[in-house]
Amino acid sequence: MAGFDFLGSLPAIVPEVGLTILAIIILFLDVYLPGERRRNIAWVTVLGLLLLAVTPLVWAPPADPASQLVWGGMVRHDTLAQIFRVMILLGAALTALMSIDTKAHGRQGEFYLILVVATLGACLVSAAADLIMVFLGLETLSIPLYILAAFRRDDLRSAESGMKYFLFGAFASALMLFGLSILYGFSGQTSIYALAEVLPAASGEAVLPVLAALTLVVVGFGFKIGAAPFHFWTPDMYEGAPTPVTAFVSVASKAASFALLVRFLIAVFPQSLVVGGHEIQAFWVSLAALMAVISMTLGNVLALSQRNIKRLLAYSSIAQAGYALIGVAAIQSQTEQGVASVGFYLFMYTFTNLLAFAVVVFFSEATGSETIADLAGLNRRSPWLALMMTIALLSLGGIPPTAGFFGKFFLFNAAVQADLTWLAIVGVLNAIVALYYYLIVIKVMYVDRSADEDQPIPLSRASGWALALPCLAVLLLGTVAAQPVFEWAVQGALALFQA
Amino acid sequence: MSELVLPVLSLIVFIPIVAAVIILFMNGERRDLVRGVAVTAALAVLLLSLAVYVGYNAQVAEVTFNQDALLASGSPMAATQMFAEGLAYEEHYEWVPSLGIGYHVGVDGLSAPMVLLTGMVALAGVLVSWRIDDRTREFMAFFLLLVAGVYGVFVSLDMFTLFFFYELAIFPMYLLIATWGWVELRQYASMKLTLYILVGSVVALVGVIAMVLVADGFFRTAEGAAVLQQAIAAGIVSPGSTSFSFDMVNLTLAAEAGAFDVPGYGGVETLSFARLWFPFIFIGFGVLAGVFPFHNWSPDGHVAAPTAVSMIHAGVLMKLGAYAALRAGVQLLPEGAQVHLPWIVFLTLINVVYGAFIAFRQRDFKYVIGFSSVSHMGLVSMGFATMNVIGMTGAGLQMFSHGAMTALFFGCVGMVYDQAHTRDIPSLGGFIKRMPWVGLAFVIGGLTSMGMPGLSGFIAEYPIFTGMWAASEQITLQAGGLVLSNYYSVIVVLAALGIVITAAYVLRVTGQVFLGEFNATLYPDVGDISITDRVVLVLLGSPLLILGVLPGVMAPMITSGVGPVLAILGGA
Repeated sequence: MAGFDFLGSLPAIVPEVGLTILAIIILFLDVYLPGERRRNIAWVTVLGLLLLAVTPLVWAPPADPASQLVWGGMVRHDTLAQIFRVMILLGAALTALMSIDTKAHGRQGEFYLILVVATLGACLVSAAADLIMVFLGLETLSIPLYILAAFRRDDLRSAESGMKYFLFGAFASALMLFGLSILYGFSGQTSIYALAEVLPAASGEAVLPVLAALTLVVVGFGFKIGAAPFHFWTPDMYEGAPTPVTAFVSVASKAASFALLVRFLIAVFPQSLVVGGHEIQAFWVSLAALMAVISMTLGNVLALSQRNIKRLLAYSSIAQAGYALIGVAAIQSQTEQGVASVGFYLFMYTFTNLLAFAVVVFFSEATGSETIADLAGLNRRSPWLALMMTIALLSLGGIPPTAGFFGKFFLFNAAVQADLTWLAIVGVLNAIVALYYYLIVIKVMYVDRSADEDQPIPLSRASGWALALPCLAVLLLGTVAAQPVFEWAVQGALALFQA
Repeated sequence: MSELVLPVLSLIVFIPIVAAVIILFMNGERRDLVRGVAVTAALAVLLLSLAVYVGYNAQVAEVTFNQDALLASGSPMAATQMFAEGLAYEEHYEWVPSLGIGYHVGVDGLSAPMVLLTGMVALAGVLVSWRIDDRTREFMAFFLLLVAGVYGVFVSLDMFTLFFFYELAIFPMYLLIATWGWVELRQYASMKLTLYILVGSVVALVGVIAMVLVADGFFRTAEGAAVLQQAIAAGIVSPGSTSFSFDMVNLTLAAEAGAFDVPGYGGVETLSFARLWFPFIFIGFGVLAGVFPFHNWSPDGHVAAPTAVSMIHAGVLMKLGAYAALRAGVQLLPEGAQVHLPWIVFLTLINVVYGAFIAFRQRDFKYVIGFSSVSHMGLVSMGFATMNVIGMTGAGLQMFSHGAMTALFFGCVGMVYDQAHTRDIPSLGGFIKRMPWVGLAFVIGGLTSMGMPGLSGFIAEYPIFTGMWAASEQITLQAGGLVLSNYYSVIVVLAALGIVITAAYVLRVTGQVFLGEFNATLYPDVGDISITDRVVLVLLGSPLLILGVLPGVMAPMITSGVGPVLAILGGA
């Protein structure tokens, strides 16, 4: 790498720099702001994150692929990173927005501080281009999330949630680190863009160790994205953690891990990689397809019997990870469709899931309940909450005019194009199963009666924004905004193939 | 074709959506204002639909003339050109160009009557729901969304847009039935209906994506590229067309050029894309048209639904299924139609006869009508299976006639039930004395349903049966070693049995519900219906009479609509 160009490299990490500054500001505010004005900490966080969400667009990645690898090859400043950073920062902003009026942590500065640090980790992950950065980013993302999950210290379930998340997460990190170390051991390389070239020779054309390393890494990612059969932490973690944290984990952590997963697989194990006469890509495509089928089926079937709305959304998120994995498997067609559909899917999923969780937050703040049965009569108590939840669930179920319809359509289209029609069929049938339990929730809100239905649920102004923004995004992505965002995702996908 | 400056079809689709959003933002306590907005929107779209119908009707002679000229020219893309030139009120915008998705709407001779039907039933539905007081705001908003979805399907000329609106229609329907339906059955029936229809449609969706991909492969070959260039030059497909396109005109072009008939699909020697996927696409949509054995959702769904939803559901939504099955199935996969319709006709026969038998056995007034829909929709699919101009025109007429008729039936049932609070046929009686309007409307509907000359049912069913006779000579079924020929004539005789049973149950219901002694002690409060209800009955009853006396207002239009489909079937 030629001389180090500090100023030229800086745009690549503007969001990270900004997040660090934001974290420091929050730290100071937390110390100096008197009690009655502490609500402003949350507003500062929200506005800061929204502002930072624009920076990846302002400091757009360089057009020339050769100059995208910056900071000693640690991060890659490309369109894919740009998309996922915008997604993550918006997700974090909405998470902070829905936290403002929560009794438990709405006014605790450290909550927002840790949230911002986790966001920093997620941003790093989505741009990581080096094994060291992969691991550092994932840990910077995960460790704050362990703390956040256990944030309600006096609540046993929250503590259990944090502990479970930590144990499973640490285990997954260890597995992935082991896989990464095997790759490094072969090649002496840590740059994921240099590994593919040296891998066949370095491994002495022995295919098994390469597959072992690949499997370990994929299993590690499987944990992070909550895909079956590595999903065991999800339901308990989702149920126990404070709901805004659950929301953040379900979108930002998942999005960042998916960004890294596709980047890693395409860069390190491209189609051209042949070790000992075996095409490595065929292996991970089957692996992704298999995980997709198991995740979708298991997640949807287990969701059918849930009584707690957060657990239901947990199982649904397992299934959603499965749908997104269809797009990963569709990468085998060597067109940008697979990656682009994953990018679009996560983009719309971020808003959709945040909308659903925002409703859960406001509902349980007002009523103290998280069971589905207690949602009865919600349409009479608060027509807007019920409508927002309906839109979110329809989007998760893939019904137009919400974003989910386009999300699923792009995925299935990519699958059919990649000659994986069977996977698309499994996907659409699963979508029907999923729709069943989403419709049940909608039915409870609109049809069932409850003794409390004459008690309206008040919504604060901040809550209104936390609902209106993602709702608008979901509806726009389902109609007119589908085209520009998908084109953007296609650009991001193309960036991956031109290493 | 003459182009109107006003985007009429978009207005028709978006006025209900805008009205629904406005209603959602209104104060739910001000019910009359909500109803006012809803009825204004419904009336506006009905007038626009009527304008579209009349406007298209004025062009029919010209369209038919051009079609004949094109057929005679023997051009290799005559059918596509017939289809493309038969379209009117077209609007075409790009939506996701990189995937060949466009917002492309327009009407032809098949969809224009359906647009009119939707407008009538939508207005009737709003009027008949006048007395709904439980969350009127939500009811009207979801109802208008449903109407918008239905309109969207009928005017879509892009397979993606078609699916978009198709699925858009399904959800409001679920909520309307589950929330405002009949308490005893609504949860079970609404879920069953939704899942049935969705399973069918998503399988069809995968099939259509695969179809687009095959067409893409074809247009990328030298031969296909030449066809596409030629079509662009002739102005048949839109100038910016790429090989990968969900546009129906482009797909028709591929179908006519034989892109879906290439043997060896999926590595199997005798299999072509059309042969493999036709049953999935045709029956996938056919689920909504109540094709046996996937009709099971329909009677339960119709009975559980509130009156307005039963009306639009049986009246219009089932036609949506038949229409989409015809467009995506028969028109785009003609070879598949020729292979598979000869056995699917048996399913339609079961629909006709079995549906009528079950209807005869019902005690519940609404179930009678529910099963009669299954029976009558079987005739629509049977008309498709004739694959000739008489039968298909009959099928198109039957779609319209049955739509108005069954909506009228459900309106009558709802009006009786609203006052009597029971639908048990043996305990009703003599209602024509207290509700003369309803009684008369039911008799008109009943006579239509039996196929009485002078009413639209005759105009629709007679050509279907004639078409079956005519087709009998041409169609043979080959399954394995079995060769069956001339069996359509047997089927048509058996199907005529369905008409006899229809007459039996219509007469039975009329006799037991409307005639006989009125029990004033059991039903003390039953009186005549409100003015809004009378408007509903007139709105839905008059087309049955008009079409019965003057078939010329619709038959030539539908004939022009099926022209391209038949041209493709003939040429494949």
